[in-house]
Amino acid sequence: MLQQAALTESKAKAKTATGADLLLKALEKEKVEVIFGYPGGAVLPIYDKLYDSKIFHVLPRHEQGGIHAAEGYARISGKPGVVIATSGPGATNIVTGLTDAMMDSLPLVVFTGQVSTNVIGTDAFQEADVLGITTPITKYNYQVRNIEDIPRIVKEAFYIASSGRPGPVLIDIPKDIAASVSIPPEEQEIKLPGYQPTVYPNYLQIKKLSEAVSRAKKPVILAGAGVLLAKASKELKEYAEQQQLPVIHTLLGLGGFPADHKLFVGMAGMHGCYASNMGLSECDLLINIGARFDDRLTGNLQFFAPHATVAHIDIDPAEIGKNVPTSIPVVADAKEALKELVKQKGKPPVHTEWLEQIRKWQEEYPYYYGESATLKPQKVMEMLYEKTAGDAIVVTDVGQHQMWAAQYYQFKHADRWVTSGGLGTMGFGLPASIGAQLADPDRCVIAVLGDGGFQMSTQELTVIKELNLPIKVAIFNNRSLGMVRQWQEIFYDKRYAHSKIPIQPSFVKLAEAYGLKGYEINTAEEAEVILADVLNNRDPVLLDIRIDPNENVYPMIAPGKGLHEMVGAKP
Amino acid sequence: MKKIFSMTVMNRPGVLNRITNLFSKRNYNIESISVGLAEQEGVSRITCVIHVESDREAEQITKQLNKQIDILKVTDISDQAIVARELALIKVLSTPQTRNELYALIEPFRAAVIDVSKDSLVIQITGESEKIEAFIELIKPYGIKELARTGTTAFPRGTQKPVNTQKTYSIV
Repeated sequence: MLQQAALTESKAKAKTATGADLLLKALEKEKVEVIFGYPGGAVLPIYDKLYDSKIFHVLPRHEQGGIHAAEGYARISGKPGVVIATSGPGATNIVTGLTDAMMDSLPLVVFTGQVSTNVIGTDAFQEADVLGITTPITKYNYQVRNIEDIPRIVKEAFYIASSGRPGPVLIDIPKDIAASVSIPPEEQEIKLPGYQPTVYPNYLQIKKLSEAVSRAKKPVILAGAGVLLAKASKELKEYAEQQQLPVIHTLLGLGGFPADHKLFVGMAGMHGCYASNMGLSECDLLINIGARFDDRLTGNLQFFAPHATVAHIDIDPAEIGKNVPTSIPVVADAKEALKELVKQKGKPPVHTEWLEQIRKWQEEYPYYYGESATLKPQKVMEMLYEKTAGDAIVVTDVGQHQMWAAQYYQFKHADRWVTSGGLGTMGFGLPASIGAQLADPDRCVIAVLGDGGFQMSTQELTVIKELNLPIKVAIFNNRSLGMVRQWQEIFYDKRYAHSKIPIQPSFVKLAEAYGLKGYEINTAEEAEVILADVLNNRDPVLLDIRIDPNENVYPMIAPGKGLHEMVGAKP
Repeated sequence: MKKIFSMTVMNRPGVLNRITNLFSKRNYNIESISVGLAEQEGVSRITCVIHVESDREAEQITKQLNKQIDILKVTDISDQAIVARELALIKVLSTPQTRNELYALIEPFRAAVIDVSKDSLVIQITGESEKIEAFIELIKPYGIKELARTGTTAFPRGTQKPVNTQKTYSIV
């Protein structure tokens, strides 16, 4: 009898698991390969279990770096980036990254520690109302209240983050729940009756769109990041070729359609090319696929695509008609909608004149930059493109260098471009490049940064050293916050209020302090030699590229102006 | 214009916070919101009255609400045949001299006196918002000490009048 009792007891003991055990098991089930996390008091029970886990853990040197790295990872791998941060300051440090991922529709599953349930609400040490803070900046968030819910919540979180329009999901785990012991619950199904994304398009809408294409005289496709998130580049190419439709990209959509294709027009928007912006202004049918008509793309809405019938394919119905009235709405995954459109085999439009017109614009108004004794950033960007055959992953920060990268690096493949578009987060680039490299370890990753943004997350250089990641950190150093300086020059009477930062550390010495190789580049000749060398090996490197501090990004649309009112389209 | 949205939501912690958060994030002008349990277990019904500039804004509100994972269904019921009611409790000053006058006002409004004290009455009134407004205006001169209103709660009638749905749309 006694023996029996002891046996069942030990059996029960073997079966019990802590909240942290359940959490890690759930992560393994989701095939998580890498976690970007920073330990702290409230997540100690989770970290204790991570000590024995096979999941690779990356320790950023700031939680914000961790979440940006997870964003870079998610953008390149297509899988949700996983982040762990502790309660209070750990959680508030990831707020910027959550907002950034929300704006750019990147799938993240973020775990935050929380103080124990018995002290929640008492302003305990390192307590913050994480649910309250993150509700408007996450797709969904949870606080675990019962240990038995952990497997279901994790499963739901991964599903919500990666399905429909992707986005960040946060799970707040009180310390006592992570530490408490329970018998593992039985497998529970996902319970989300209020969440059913529409993936397949309505046939009648597809037909209507297909007919509109056949009738159009001046059709264009505007392809956004939705194409990349849906992995629909192949389908986009097939459809554009079948119907001979010119393709314009948004900033975030770059790479969705090959830049060397004859139907590729270019990037549109505030610093987009002339042909794209004129194409949008003059077209009679605008097919938006997975873009959200952001104000940096449309300019003044009053003058946006005034002659066009607007069709909009988006998985998020709330984006359709939000900014631009839409006559042909198609709620669907971009891949599925494009497949259906290809299947329609509609009669291609008769529009040789239109294609000719676009080609003329492209020839007449290409991106240009002046020659001078100083080093031109555009020139360096062209070199980077040539020396990597357009096949590197380019990760940028935010500002002038971001626009030069978008303009001069010709993306021929999908998933080679990581940038903070919607939120425009400085400090994003360096950590995001770490995530991108981990997602695609064999590819060359170039972190194109400005000297301002680099100094917002310099500390992550340690991670590059620690993991020996072959990232090429290219700082386009103009000793100023270039984009701010440019706006002050143009709109604020050259009153450069706090936008010039001539006092800087030596970035080369800084790189050396972090155990990395660093080079200063001052001339095009130096750039030629050094780039050829560093892009040819697999060593991490930091390049301090001293560019012309007065260079501006052109063409440009001033705020409040329409797309047709570009300035600086021609020398 | 005023729009009434009726929605069913999962009865989960923080759901009201999500909705009010959405309203402030998207800059919607909310007049009233009322929440209570619905017929199904674990489901609540929320009725909110929102001021909008255009039908397009109303559509956008519906879509944004629908996007919320805890919201099961959202309907803009402004243009339907609906039953809409609100409840108000009014504590009004009353002297023995004015008491009869007050009773004479209460009666045609089918309001009820639910508490009487030496110098005041508590009146309960239910009905559409306009009726309550009108009653409050009438009572004001007597001196309102306290007032509590619940905000509108509403849903569509069982039988919908056949309405002329033919609207003219312009493509331009």
